[in-house]
Amino acid sequence: MLSEFSWAGASAQLTEILLAVLLAPLLLGWVNQCRAWLQNRSGPGVLRPYLTLRKLMAKDAVVAHGASPLFRTAPYIVFGCMVLAAAIVPTLGTDLPYAPAADAIALVGILALARVFISLAAMDIGTAFGTLGARREMMIGFLAEPALLIVLFTASLISQSTSLATTVETLSQRELAIYPSLAFAGVAFTMVSLAENARIPIDNPATHLELTMIHEAMVLEYSGRHLALIEWAASLKLFVYSCIGIALFFPFGIAQGGDAAGLLLALPALAFKLAIGGFLLALIETVSAKMRIFRAPEFLGTAFMLAVLALLIHALLET
Amino acid sequence: MSQFLTPALTGQIINLLAAALLLLSFAMLAQRRILSLINLFAAQGFVLTLSTAFVAWATGQTHLWWSAGLTLALKVLLLPWILHRLIQRLNVKWDVETLLNIPTTMLFGLLLVILAFNLAQPVSALAGTITKGTLGIALAIVLLSFLMMITRSKAVPQVIGFLAMENSLFFAATAATYGMPMVVELGIALDVLVGVIILGVFFFQIRERFDSLDIRHLEKLKEE
Repeated sequence: MLSEFSWAGASAQLTEILLAVLLAPLLLGWVNQCRAWLQNRSGPGVLRPYLTLRKLMAKDAVVAHGASPLFRTAPYIVFGCMVLAAAIVPTLGTDLPYAPAADAIALVGILALARVFISLAAMDIGTAFGTLGARREMMIGFLAEPALLIVLFTASLISQSTSLATTVETLSQRELAIYPSLAFAGVAFTMVSLAENARIPIDNPATHLELTMIHEAMVLEYSGRHLALIEWAASLKLFVYSCIGIALFFPFGIAQGGDAAGLLLALPALAFKLAIGGFLLALIETVSAKMRIFRAPEFLGTAFMLAVLALLIHALLET
Repeated sequence: MSQFLTPALTGQIINLLAAALLLLSFAMLAQRRILSLINLFAAQGFVLTLSTAFVAWATGQTHLWWSAGLTLALKVLLLPWILHRLIQRLNVKWDVETLLNIPTTMLFGLLLVILAFNLAQPVSALAGTITKGTLGIALAIVLLSFLMMITRSKAVPQVIGFLAMENSLFFAATAATYGMPMVVELGIALDVLVGVIILGVFFFQIRERFDSLDIRHLEKLKEE
């Protein structure tokens, strides 16, 4: 059942989608810049990802001989999935006309769809590195998805609904209290998002050694506008994960319903929270070392266990 | 009882400390190194002290202050010091050597936690303390420590599992009945201390005989 159509809601929705698509490279640039500062370098500047995208868009897309139509369409599908995910996560306000289209479970499904298509495209060409990257990505994904689902279920149990908009409304309206289940779920969510966004404990995003790559190995064959779309989708994924984390664990400042004043206030609040989140991500990346690939299941198993603990503790102590 | 300490806040803080204890037990289950295992055990003792002291403050039971002090002296300071010295002299700082791999062990731990929570629900409904919700957690930590004892093949982690089990039994006592009579508590504390000292002597004997602390050597019953 669709909620009533309102111009305020539709404009809020459109604003959120545009904001996500336009600001995601800025978040990635900020994370890279913070990491450079922490390593005592001057850094590439926060606008570097935009310049990279512009450069890639101007170049020709070179496609291998044996590539099927899947290879050519996968970047568009992946980008579309990420834009849809950004549309249903409440970043600025909770009155989203798209919200009834997909709840938390469907959100995980959309992210999984993107993963499937990029893995298939990596295997499409038939090179060894593409297949290696695809298999590793699937190994990470099959362990990370249940953990993410259970974190979202914990939040859904607290708010008695799997719709993300309702969850955010309920969580932001509760009086300030200490919830151990949300603390555990927060740690589990951080671990899962580090794994899914190919960040340092699992995968080094700046590596040039193919044998250590997971995400980068899958996109080795792409060039030009296809690569631009995939890089944009990767930064959108980081943005979406950050916004899910903010919506679930720090929902203060998100506008309830569709009031315009609340939306205006929500924007600086979101920017502030994302800036802090980006700095913390750079900090985690700087103080951790990349794990051996066969330790990744343990890492994600710990995340899964923490998420299930959060669920159990909520069922035991908070009802 | 202080003014700002509403019953709701008291309950939440106790739940938070109980959840921290459960997390520490899982962390001990997932450890690879004996050194960090002992430090986690000391941390568990510290959180236990905090929770006992907080319950003492919130309910006004003065004998719990003595219990908290005893826990601090014994489980945070004395026992970890003895264990640290032991592993230095035995020269076994690193490997834990589990019988199952770590993700499987943690999955078993999760199943045990679910079992414990289910078992404790009807019992905690009958208890009359403010901490009755944490009885399930105490039972879960007992089972997790027991799991740690039976899935390790070296001697020192088994002893730490035994000590962690005693920690959780103490926490269960605080949760269900606001502690035990002082005599019982002093007796248990003395038992644990003497037990660790005797086990320390055993470790040296085992190492003398078999040149390793792997207790699977003790299963060979024939003279070779």
